[in-house]
Amino acid sequence: METGDIPLDDGQLMAAPAPPSSPPAEAWPRSHSYQRHSLPVRIMHWVNFAALAILLMSGLQIFNAYPVLNWGRSSYSDTPPLLVLAHGFPSWLTLPGPRWLAMGRRWHLFFAWILVMNGLAYVIYTVASPHLRRDLTPTRSDWRSIGQSVIDHLRLRHPRGQAARRYNVLQKLTYLFVIFGLLPFVVLMGWALSPRLDTVIPGWVDFFGGRQSARTLHFIAAWTLVAFLFVHVFEVLVSGLYNNVRSMITGRYVVEDEHADQSH
Amino acid sequence: MRIKATERSRRRFMLRMLASTGAALLAGCDAASRKSWLPNVLGVAERASRSAQRLVAPRAMAQEFTVADLSPQFRSNGTANPEDERYQGLAARQFVDWRLGVDGLVQHPLRLSLQQLRAMPKRTQITRHDCVEGWSAIGQWTGVPLSAVLQLAGPRPEARYVVFHCADPMDEQGTKYYESIDFDDTFHPQTILAYELNGAVLPIANGAPLRVRIERQLGYKMAKYIMRIELVSSFTHIGAGNGGYWEDLGYEWYAGI
Repeated sequence: METGDIPLDDGQLMAAPAPPSSPPAEAWPRSHSYQRHSLPVRIMHWVNFAALAILLMSGLQIFNAYPVLNWGRSSYSDTPPLLVLAHGFPSWLTLPGPRWLAMGRRWHLFFAWILVMNGLAYVIYTVASPHLRRDLTPTRSDWRSIGQSVIDHLRLRHPRGQAARRYNVLQKLTYLFVIFGLLPFVVLMGWALSPRLDTVIPGWVDFFGGRQSARTLHFIAAWTLVAFLFVHVFEVLVSGLYNNVRSMITGRYVVEDEHADQSH
Repeated sequence: MRIKATERSRRRFMLRMLASTGAALLAGCDAASRKSWLPNVLGVAERASRSAQRLVAPRAMAQEFTVADLSPQFRSNGTANPEDERYQGLAARQFVDWRLGVDGLVQHPLRLSLQQLRAMPKRTQITRHDCVEGWSAIGQWTGVPLSAVLQLAGPRPEARYVVFHCADPMDEQGTKYYESIDFDDTFHPQTILAYELNGAVLPIANGAPLRVRIERQLGYKMAKYIMRIELVSSFTHIGAGNGGYWEDLGYEWYAGI
């Protein structure tokens, strides 16, 4: 049953008065809303998104100054390059649009600070508040339902009712991987490109295969974040674009109650 | 059915909004990049990076490599052969007439020949050269520590920066390359005035007769074809006042990342 039917039923109810003792609600789909995302999470989510978008595009601008990926300690060794993009990325993907390395670096290095500060604030928040433990840490029953969750995702079936109030296990694991794996890694590989930061423990970049390997890993990690973004936006689309986007802007998320589900 | 249609039109509307907002924002970013306020705001990051990097890596040495890591050919970037009559004259006689001027805020201005520089304390290091463009190359450099030259000249107390004046013209006006560093890099043990690359006399393509190595910064700081070293208290009177040729074209003065 769909919410579009409510006004009609409502009219009928008004026309045929029922005994006041009967609970009229039970016959219809009911929904309730709740505060899904706290204000700090909402702010940090969008700051993170804006910073990553700018970092990606200015990063491609920087990449275009040397549109080659190498593996090893330097670009000029006996190892041939892994990738050569003769013309680099198109200008509609770069920030600024035209070739402008100096300005690309300014955008990139400024928003790198925003990303790191925002990320630090998020980590402090998520540990100090119930967010990490309550929302992101998989429970024992989550781990057991992992197979079912994979099947549900492949069939684009999403939890409804009370279950929709919680992140599913694949969602939790993906967020944890992005927040505590991919994002710190892309930052670390960015630091590896700094000749000054390489001196903190001389030779630490060799752990990642050397400085040019770190540049390649920085690039791969950035595109892995883009891949995450595509999956993330796809899941938002198929599980209710409006409801999801609203919940990340105002916090309010609408959940259909269980018995509405059962009335199908 | 009705709700599905609503959801679909909402989707279309929101995606269109997103696309047009994105396009407008990008156009705005491009336009703002051409104004002066935006680069200044973004430039806050340069000062933050400099402070943070000096805090976490105050005096550490840059990684040194082995002969096995040497790049087969050390890439020449920027000027490969200065189009300057005086320089070409010096090069034709293997720089025997070349003198390194050391002046500005020093107690004893100097004019040093290559022979004199070679007779001074020397340091050899195999280091990685990180270009701002994203590539890197590993080379073996031999030269005299910049600190040794400055000890001879005796910096005056008000000196804060070292400016390198070079022989290579960079544009139609004949602006010659210039760069500057502060004393944090000047007195770093790996900061040398190199006259040898990979065990041979420094080639013209890599900055003969003398180039500086500043191993904790990017390649554009490492001026080639050095003619004169000037100690200053401020570099506002040099070029457009940002401390270097590329800095005057929008690159960071502190190139630690």
